[in-house]
Amino acid sequence: MGLRTYIITRILLTLPMIMLLLSIVFLIIRVMPGDPVLLHFEKKASEEAMAEMRRILGLDKPLYIQYFEYLVGLLRGDLGKSMQDFSPISDQIFSAFPATLELAISSTLVAVIVGVLLGVKASQSYNSLWDHSIRTLGIAVYATPIFFLGMVLQLVFAINLRMLPANGRFPPFLLEPNGLTLQLGIQTPDLVPIVLWFVPIGFASLAICITVLKRKRLRFWPNGLIAVLSTLLVGWVICMYLAWYFPSARTLHIKTGLYTVDSLMEGSPLKFVESIRYLFLPSITLGLVLSGVFTRLTRSNMLETLRLDFVTAARARGLKEGAVIYGYALRNAFLPILTMMGLQFATLLGGAILTETTFSWPGLGRYLVDRINFRDYTAIQGAVVYFAVIVAAVNLIIDLLYAFLDPRIRL
Amino acid sequence: MIKTRKAILTRLIPSLTSLAKRGSAGWMVIIGLFISVTIISMTILGPWISPHDPTAKLVNPPPNPSPPSLDFPMGTNLLGQDMLSRVLSGGSIMLQVAFLSVLFCFIIGVPIGLLSSYAGGIVDKTFTLVMDSFYAFPGLVLAIAIAAMMGRGVVNMALSIAVVYVPSYFRIVRSQVLTIRELPYTEAARAAGAKGRTILLHYVLPNVVPSIVVVATVNFADAILTAAGLTFVGLGVGIDVPDWGWDLTKGRALLPSGAWWVITFPGLMIVLLALGFTFIGEGLSELLNPRLEQ
Repeated sequence: MGLRTYIITRILLTLPMIMLLLSIVFLIIRVMPGDPVLLHFEKKASEEAMAEMRRILGLDKPLYIQYFEYLVGLLRGDLGKSMQDFSPISDQIFSAFPATLELAISSTLVAVIVGVLLGVKASQSYNSLWDHSIRTLGIAVYATPIFFLGMVLQLVFAINLRMLPANGRFPPFLLEPNGLTLQLGIQTPDLVPIVLWFVPIGFASLAICITVLKRKRLRFWPNGLIAVLSTLLVGWVICMYLAWYFPSARTLHIKTGLYTVDSLMEGSPLKFVESIRYLFLPSITLGLVLSGVFTRLTRSNMLETLRLDFVTAARARGLKEGAVIYGYALRNAFLPILTMMGLQFATLLGGAILTETTFSWPGLGRYLVDRINFRDYTAIQGAVVYFAVIVAAVNLIIDLLYAFLDPRIRL
Repeated sequence: MIKTRKAILTRLIPSLTSLAKRGSAGWMVIIGLFISVTIISMTILGPWISPHDPTAKLVNPPPNPSPPSLDFPMGTNLLGQDMLSRVLSGGSIMLQVAFLSVLFCFIIGVPIGLLSSYAGGIVDKTFTLVMDSFYAFPGLVLAIAIAAMMGRGVVNMALSIAVVYVPSYFRIVRSQVLTIRELPYTEAARAAGAKGRTILLHYVLPNVVPSIVVVATVNFADAILTAAGLTFVGLGVGIDVPDWGWDLTKGRALLPSGAWWVITFPGLMIVLLALGFTFIGEGLSELLNPRLEQ
């Protein structure tokens, strides 16, 4: 079986599953409750108003015709109309999606990086205190409600320390008439967070300097200290300059909807830093909760790999431990991690709903929760369908990537 | 009756001590059992041991929310309710939902799994496809959709969570049955002329039970987290019942004022409860699959 045959069969196998998913959604939202319009008004509207809504939304037709129209609409990318204002749901979903995508990508990055680093550390020191505490941490993180972790981080870093923003995606904004430009309000520089940022930045630069000095076999005193202090000074000057110069030009032109990408496309480092600052807490929250799985996976994989002959051979050739682990052994864990990313994608989206609600992140999850509060059942259906299709598509893509990367699958 | 109770007790204590001898996995089960039994009994006793009525408003005169003090060791929330009393009895809804959902999963998932794997052919294929589609669905999204349509209530919430986890039961039962069916002792029973139903109920099912128990304990923790999540997005049970998830949800609005006590204590209780059951599940699965330990 060649690659092409595999791809075609895999796609064909996905189709009945998507059909089933769509039917399940239809069953839950249109068939099971009887009449979504009645639910929407909680029986508090006149018969005419409800009939009018049914007519506009096409809910007055027999169920099998509704089902057929629903499927045909989906094929054209039409998710129906909102019960709230009869506007097309697909427009609202497409405008909310980039925010969720940005959150999903960044938190996956956090999850994989944290997971791999901790997993490698645990496997290196198998059955030691490190190993046990990392495993316990993995379980504890798994048992934490995402929104609780999010609120604790908000409380500590946004509200008490004021280092990061607590809510939203970008500084409080004004929409320009064309609706495409975000304008930032002018803020007075807040000294406390700026001073606080020096603690982590200082520690990081200190660590970098010490490693560099160790490599070069130089002494810390006095050269190292001078290096640290000068790094801090330069960083501070840059920060102050940016804070002084940019408030007048704080608008962001939205092209892709991913604010980090948009700000880079504009070539504005300040806007990039700003969008990262807003992205930071949500993606750390979601990423940490997801990292447990990756830690466990990397640990078990590395435990197996580190005993193999080629690792011993690499060590025997005198390679450094870091090169052996990250250059040789970790490559074997790449494919399982990729598979796990696919399997975790559904969990990721579920977590994104809670994270977005916690951080007022204007993505799909928040849209769904908003619609629930308005009892806007057609919009709920649209959002749920969209979630289902994305998950199916991502799983398909990961499977295809897998086949591409691992020739054994194609056999 | 008394005799059997005594017998259970005398068997339970040695089994706990033997668990302790099974290394870290045994200890995980013991710690998990300790945490969950403590929290469950605390929740049951809650109404009797809490210093104030958990739903009575303005127990504390304004200003509210007020930080922890001698009178209110966990502070009070915006409505002036005593957080300690709310924490003490706030697990009841979550525990009820989790127990019910595990029960529903058990009632639905296990028979379907047994039937499907034993019938084979087109029945098996259909069930597997349907279950796989449910499994591929983002769990929380599915639960939210169902809960939003069914309305508030403990049973409705439990049902919407159960739908998410039935596929895991189905999968584990199916894969176990497929393995056990080929084992020599089942074959021997078949050769001795046992009927399909006898084999299924007397030879296969008892050996599937341990793995179902592991799935059930892990799912219990998941169900608690999902129940908390449903409450957080506004699909919780109600207002007048003390509930950790509800307190967390309401506490979010108080965060900007720095009222850490309103979210910290209920949140920690949810973490502890989920942690307890995860510990039991993890430990049990390691004890039952010793080959995973290296």
